[in-house]
Amino acid sequence: MCLGIPGQVMAILDEDATMAEVEISGVRRAVDVLCVAETGRPLSSLVGAWVLVHVGFAMSRIEEDEARETLRLLAEIGELDGELAIMRASDPDRASPEPTRA
Amino acid sequence: MRFVDEFRDPALADRLFSEIARVAERIGRTRARPVTVMEVCGGHTHTIFRYALDARLPGNVEFAHGPGCPVCVLPMGRIDDAIAIARRPEVIFTTFGDAMRVPGAKGTLLQARAAGADVRMVYSPLDALALARANPDRQVVFFALGFETTAPSTALTVLRAAAEGVGNFSIMCQHITIIPTLRALLSQDDFAVDGFIGPGHVSMVIGTRPYDFIATDFHRPLVVAGFEPLDILQALLMVLRQVAAGEARIENQYARVVPEGGNPAAMAAIDRVYETRPTCEWRGLGSIAGSGLGLRPAWRAFDAEQRFAVTPHHVADPGACRCGDVLTGRIRPPQCPAFGASCTPDCPSGALMVSSEGACAAYYQYQGLKGAA
Repeated sequence: MCLGIPGQVMAILDEDATMAEVEISGVRRAVDVLCVAETGRPLSSLVGAWVLVHVGFAMSRIEEDEARETLRLLAEIGELDGELAIMRASDPDRASPEPTRA
Repeated sequence: MRFVDEFRDPALADRLFSEIARVAERIGRTRARPVTVMEVCGGHTHTIFRYALDARLPGNVEFAHGPGCPVCVLPMGRIDDAIAIARRPEVIFTTFGDAMRVPGAKGTLLQARAAGADVRMVYSPLDALALARANPDRQVVFFALGFETTAPSTALTVLRAAAEGVGNFSIMCQHITIIPTLRALLSQDDFAVDGFIGPGHVSMVIGTRPYDFIATDFHRPLVVAGFEPLDILQALLMVLRQVAAGEARIENQYARVVPEGGNPAAMAAIDRVYETRPTCEWRGLGSIAGSGLGLRPAWRAFDAEQRFAVTPHHVADPGACRCGDVLTGRIRPPQCPAFGASCTPDCPSGALMVSSEGACAAYYQYQGLKGAA
């Protein structure tokens, strides 16, 4: 729960509710992006950006290289699979039922 | 050396270890006792054991494993409170998976589920809110755990529930804050820690300025670090260089994620939804003033403890466990008499054995690897 997992913003689901579809290691889910929104810019400016996702909330924008290294690390220390499994199992609103590629 | 092969850049790791040894040797000429550096965050603890970083440290440098694992500091009485709520027939009790196996005096949430309580693991508080929308005839309670890393997500979920008028959603708020706890540790007379590796993701939210008192009031260095093994080694070197020079500053090794001012939107959400509790109990550490967050009066309608008339109560920590001494750096996990005997990852009695980020569980899981290093 404490480690952020990198994901890429794929689409904005609801501008007013600050919800975006984020792909996290092949799993797509709805993520709250309020904390990484840029003042005065539409959320669509986030599409394509990499973010650190903590328990369903994007908390920091990161570079793609950093994102890939962090994913590698999380997989290596055995933290990634469990998080992805619970993410798949517990997301009632998830945007796509099966893992998809960007 | 089998572990360094797994590093992103083994050559850089070698250079960092050499430089750490050089600075440690310089410090060793000026003092007899070892340099103790506390990694505050449980994620760092896990990485240190996973990569056996301590196995290659010079003899006079050691890690102390700090209190930054929110699951590990969950007091038994709070687990009992959670179970009392979860057992109500109208309740769907939702929690992060990490909290399922933490023992209270009356068992775990996992055992409560086996006995018929509707306890469900969720990835996000948003998933708990969605369950509330989908089950209007049930009461959905979210067990809100964690430091400033997860406190904003609970706060934003409460605001969302309020805006949507989801009346059957509430939270059991057990959010805690790291700054008062570091101050409490530093105020203990026998706290033999020379410097800190600061938490990366808490700092991503709060920034680096809240740590300033550690340098100014307690003259200890703190370096905020990322989660790669190389991040931790680099941060350790930065702490040791300050110790060698007699300096105490707050530095940021993880600037690629941690801005000096933190995340303003996340801090605003925390400020809007929570107030500081007068005191908060930590497993192993006792009560620490100002270290817990509760809902502000405006949001009390979402407070599960009010809704179900649960009063927080206290249960003494298990007698054989010395979690508190491990959390304050006085002993290392294997020095606890319960470690590996009455307390194992399969059957934990102390909370440090429950989460993979707890010092005892990490030590237990990887000590064989360390021995082979």
